[in-house]
Amino acid sequence: MASRTATEDDIPDTEPDLVPSLDDLLLRFDEGSKRAAARLISIVEEGRPEALAILDRLYPRVGGAIRVGVTGPPGAGKSTLADRLVELLVRAGEKPGIVAVDPTSPFTGGALLGDRVRMGPVANHADVFFRSLGSRGSLGGLSLHTAEVADVLDAFGCSWLLLETVGVGQSELDVAQKAHTTLVVLVPESGDGIQAMKAGLMEIADIFVVNKADRAGAEKLLEEIELSIDLKEWLGWRPPVFLTEARGGRGVEELHQALLAHRRWLEEHGMLQQKRRQALESRVRDLVEDVLHRELWQNGTLLQSLRDGLDTIERGEDSPYQLARALVEQGRAALAVRRALERGHPREPKG
Amino acid sequence: MEEKIRVLIAKPGLDGHDRGARVVANSLRDAGMEVIYAGLQQTPQMIVNAAIQEDVDVVALSILSGAHMTIFPRVLQLLHEAGADDVLLTGGGIIGPEEMEELQRMGTGRLFGPGASLSEAAEYIREEVRARRARRGD
Ligand SMILES: Nc1nc2c(ncn2[C@@H]2O[C@H](COP(=O)(O)OP(=O)(O)O)[C@@H](O)[C@H]2O)c(=O)[nH]1
Ligand SMILES: [Mg+2]
Repeated sequence: MASRTATEDDIPDTEPDLVPSLDDLLLRFDEGSKRAAARLISIVEEGRPEALAILDRLYPRVGGAIRVGVTGPPGAGKSTLADRLVELLVRAGEKPGIVAVDPTSPFTGGALLGDRVRMGPVANHADVFFRSLGSRGSLGGLSLHTAEVADVLDAFGCSWLLLETVGVGQSELDVAQKAHTTLVVLVPESGDGIQAMKAGLMEIADIFVVNKADRAGAEKLLEEIELSIDLKEWLGWRPPVFLTEARGGRGVEELHQALLAHRRWLEEHGMLQQKRRQALESRVRDLVEDVLHRELWQNGTLLQSLRDGLDTIERGEDSPYQLARALVEQGRAALAVRRALERGHPREPKG
Repeated sequence: MEEKIRVLIAKPGLDGHDRGARVVANSLRDAGMEVIYAGLQQTPQMIVNAAIQEDVDVVALSILSGAHMTIFPRVLQLLHEAGADDVLLTGGGIIGPEEMEELQRMGTGRLFGPGASLSEAAEYIREEVRARRARRGD
């Protein structure tokens, strides 16, 4: 990342190039332009056709960043905590990136992305990159493209990536898969302590934070969490529990140390490699499914057969199961025809 | 599918509350946009930094302090320096008609006075962004 102020992308004052080609964008990205990075993130987030080529080109530079997922109920103080952590990281010479995901309304498609509000002056530091995302089409609550957006920032030179997501739906499981270390932030008022904890939280948390330690009940919640951690069998890493007061910055240094300790533990036990491999597997699987899915429905005839089949079912002449079987056959045949055609016109192998 | 419209909403200056800005933020969200809410006390530099990183189509400022004749031009200038002339700068406040005209000549989009309709503002943003994208060839 350029260690200059954030906005000088050095566009010459001649004709403003409003349609920068992809190559130009990538070139400026390489030079450390935040504007170029932000544009590339948008392309990846939109899932535009050129996204794969971009990610492919950036891939050799991906992998350096420490990825930390931050999840927990709305209002727990995740963004405030992230801000304090970013301050600390910048002081330590790191280049933090923050990707903050908030839910998109399934009805209007709109989203209010409010995590930036909690960022103090450090958001304007040249070494910090903050990006807000709507969850958009994702069912789980985390944007479908969060990992790819993180990859862009990783390639851009961010040394730490904080991925913030509200703990609703499946998003915390999702973020745990995409991060190396998962931070679960809880607050005294989040209900009857541990009872209110969603199933699965115990499994994904590498570190627990009880934030708003200035409020009544923080110690009690901490003890309850410790107790339920003790009730489980831990192979290796036992999640530590911290009291923080994000607003005042209390406990953030300890949290930073815990993040580093977990990182070391991951490295020493080959877990980082394992996590990377798992993430890689699900990434490649997603890509393959995405392409096959699109190819399958691309040609409208399958969809037409589906609609026609529905009529047949409604007339009581077919069952959904028979129809599905017929469509699978039809889809397979269509893909086979396309493959045969492609074999007839072999593509140049990629250089 | 049409690309989402991303809007940065900020309230520069040290004055008062941000109730108005929040109302606008909610209304644009309900109109289907992605609204990045930057909050109070934003300096022009902070606003433009955020606009760049968030890759927004629109920056909408709520200025009630009376400082609109300095803040809007400054944000325009910083957007220009950042190579982000294609970002639509709009907003609202207590701005007289002559001042509105002058600001628009400098390069802001439409500006809205105190009684402006929220749905009109949303409609304006949608149309203006669509036009700019078409010009850009998206
Ligand atoms: N009392 C108290 N309030 C806090 C603390 N940390 C954050 N807050 C406040 O909690 C509210 C929600 O914080 P935010 O960071 O946006 O939570 P998020 O939704 O989890 O990202 C804000 O008003 C913060 O100022 C804390 O340690 N103590
Ligand atoms: Mg937040």
